[in-house]
Amino acid sequence: MDYFLTEEQQMIRDLARQIAEEKVVPVRAELDEKEEFPTEIMKVLAQSDMFGIFIPEEYGGLGMGAMELCLAVEELSRACLGVSTSYAANALGTYPLLLFGTEEQKKKYLPDIAAGNKFVAFALTEANAGSDAAGIQTTATKDGDYYILNGTKQWITNAGEADIYTVIAITDRSKGARGASAFVVEKGTPGFSFGKKEKKMGIRASVTRELIFEDCRIPKENLIGREGMGFIVAMRTLDQSRIGVGAQGVGVAQGAYEEAVKFARQRVQFGKPVISFQAVQHMLADMATEIEAARALVYSVARYIDSGAKDISKASAMAKVFATDVAMKVTTNAVQVMGGSGYMREYPVEKMMRDAKILQIYEGTNQIQRNVIGQAIIKEAAKMKA
Amino acid sequence: MRIVVCIKQVPDTAEVRINPETNTLVRDGVPSIINPYDLHAIEAALQIKEKLGDVTVTALTMGPPQAEDALREAISMGVDEALLLTDRAFAGSDTLATSYTLSRAIQKIGFDLVICGKQAIDGDTAQVGPEMAEFLNIPHIAYVKAIEEISTQGIRVQRLMEEGYDIVEAPLPVLLTVVREINEPRLPSLKGKMRAKKAEIKKLTHTDIDAEEDKLGLTGSPTAVKNIFAPEARKDRKMFSGSPAEQVAALVEELKNLKCL
Ligand SMILES: Cc1cc2nc3c(=O)[nH]c(=O)nc-3n(C[C@H](O)[C@H](O)[C@H](O)COP(=O)(O)OP(=O)(O)OC[C@H]3O[C@@H](n4cnc5c(N)ncnc54)[C@H](O)[C@@H]3O)c2cc1C
Ligand SMILES: Cc1cc2nc3c(=O)[nH]c(=O)nc-3n(C[C@H](O)[C@H](O)[C@H](O)COP(=O)(O)OP(=O)(O)OC[C@H]3O[C@@H](n4cnc5c(N)ncnc54)[C@H](O)[C@@H]3O)c2cc1C
Repeated sequence: MDYFLTEEQQMIRDLARQIAEEKVVPVRAELDEKEEFPTEIMKVLAQSDMFGIFIPEEYGGLGMGAMELCLAVEELSRACLGVSTSYAANALGTYPLLLFGTEEQKKKYLPDIAAGNKFVAFALTEANAGSDAAGIQTTATKDGDYYILNGTKQWITNAGEADIYTVIAITDRSKGARGASAFVVEKGTPGFSFGKKEKKMGIRASVTRELIFEDCRIPKENLIGREGMGFIVAMRTLDQSRIGVGAQGVGVAQGAYEEAVKFARQRVQFGKPVISFQAVQHMLADMATEIEAARALVYSVARYIDSGAKDISKASAMAKVFATDVAMKVTTNAVQVMGGSGYMREYPVEKMMRDAKILQIYEGTNQIQRNVIGQAIIKEAAKMKA
Repeated sequence: MRIVVCIKQVPDTAEVRINPETNTLVRDGVPSIINPYDLHAIEAALQIKEKLGDVTVTALTMGPPQAEDALREAISMGVDEALLLTDRAFAGSDTLATSYTLSRAIQKIGFDLVICGKQAIDGDTAQVGPEMAEFLNIPHIAYVKAIEEISTQGIRVQRLMEEGYDIVEAPLPVLLTVVREINEPRLPSLKGKMRAKKAEIKKLTHTDIDAEEDKLGLTGSPTAVKNIFAPEARKDRKMFSGSPAEQVAALVEELKNLKCL
């Protein structure tokens, strides 16, 4: 399929693919096995300007948008979701600053982020607040020119590795959903430490860890947006970045599908390559069709976001749900097409299947995405009646 | 400081075959790449630039007009400017004429340091670097595997030897040829690629470099190729497979059978 990419978009896709094939594929199994953060790959991505894609030129970036970021994420995901999660979570952590930061905050942080000198994480989730983000208990108490943070964030991607953290905390519990605020916290701030590293089923090259705040004092200039805007910042951030999870789905599905086709052509049973059996062909046909449908949806929504559209929640939820459900199905079927070999660590598809599962969970579970779509349908229907 | 990196565009030899009838390279459809050793030369120059700051890196190649692609790739990695020596008068150059032509251009550009690859993977002579140094009347250090120190005054490097390495110092200007061990070439960057797309590649002909015409191209090439042939493939051979231990055991067995052991 030709998606009529611009010359610059092709350039991004090709370079991301080159990095994926030359620098990621050779080490992905080892990173998974050792649960090791891909420091060297992040350096390559930095040197190649990949961290600056979506950051405006005035802050040292390339001034592009969601579509270009999706192309890079897709190509990295085709090789390794652990690597692409580390990369994409960096964008997730940056959006609060990009969308709501003051000019000073942008000047202070964005150039280093664009250059890949500083790495970012986004922290919303807590032990008692997953899908129900309003349940967060981390507090930020105003004290003169400072805020004092207390609480623990759980399952934060890039925790420990990142230099900059965008954190959602309660500033006024009495105000309910309007009582949260967003902050930027730098690694090394006294009272800010990291808790246990999670042992995960997949995306094991990415690090998932707790953030612990114990009377952590940050200057009041570190508030992002206004006090009380915390959940708006979080929701707008997730609306913006969720399309990247869709792109991850397309990428990992594509990677698994290619492995399955390659294997099915070589594997001989009953005197023929297994790809000659119609049952196998039909599985591959469905995989290819669903991947193409997912890609078409992800690219359309990415372009819709880049058009400056305001109401992107429903569209981005649709792309995330569809592409990640496709990813789970395609990676599972890739293992099936490859039989016992697919189940072995010698081949990459078992890892892809383990990795794909996270896409249906993080940045809002697929159930929650369907809730978002459902709410939008109700709203639209009500409008139509009126 | 000005560093000139000499790069050669070569066919991707991993994909080159020889036509057994004519004994010539089948170049049709074979992609062209920057000579792999020259990527290390570019990287070495860029690292010096990053270290010393005030450095201009110029990539230079002699070749047909399509060698421009190699220069654009060099720009996408981060070199500052690129020059293409291209002229009918250069056709048929052997290594002497090639290095004469390149050295004239380098003299014209001005330089403190010239970096070449150890050898080209197609021509394979490893002569062009040292010959250029002679034409430029400067010292050269071949097979450089590490640059220990560099300033605007001089350089200290490790030169690869069969066993170990020498430490060699030289004042600038000097010419280096580098081996793979020196570094890992960077991939291009997005900003570099965008710059490369728009960059103007300056083209030079023999009149731009004040060259003596009888030293150029076929006329300036004393080497005469008598015959080119592919060595006949020998069929009476045996390959062993398996682990190294198994292969050795099989080899010993075979040698015993042949009464060599
Ligand atoms: C590897 C990993 C990395 C992560 N990285 C980050 C990060 O960088 N930053 C960050 O802030 N968070 C991060 N998270 C947290 C992630 O976003 C949450 O796990 C996710 O939002 C779901 O929350 P939960 O796990 O608490 O599930 P729960 O909310 O406990 O959900 C349990 C089940 O109930 C369902 N459910 C819950 N509520 C509803 C409802 N209203 N309707 C229908 N079904 C419902 C869910 O879909 C799910 O199936 C990460 C998580 C993981 C596993
Ligand atoms: C008689 C004769 C006729 C020839 N006729 C032709 C011909 O008609 N057309 C043709 O294409 N070739 C021709 N050649 C081949 C050509 O001379 C060599 O390819 C060239 O001199 C480089 O030598 P090499 O490949 O061995 O490079 P090496 O000496 O192995 O290269 C060492 C380093 O020198 C530098 N370098 C080498 N060549 C260049 C270059 N062109 N530009 C910039 N830097 C460079 C690079 O840094 C390289 O890593 C001919 C050779 C002979 C002997």
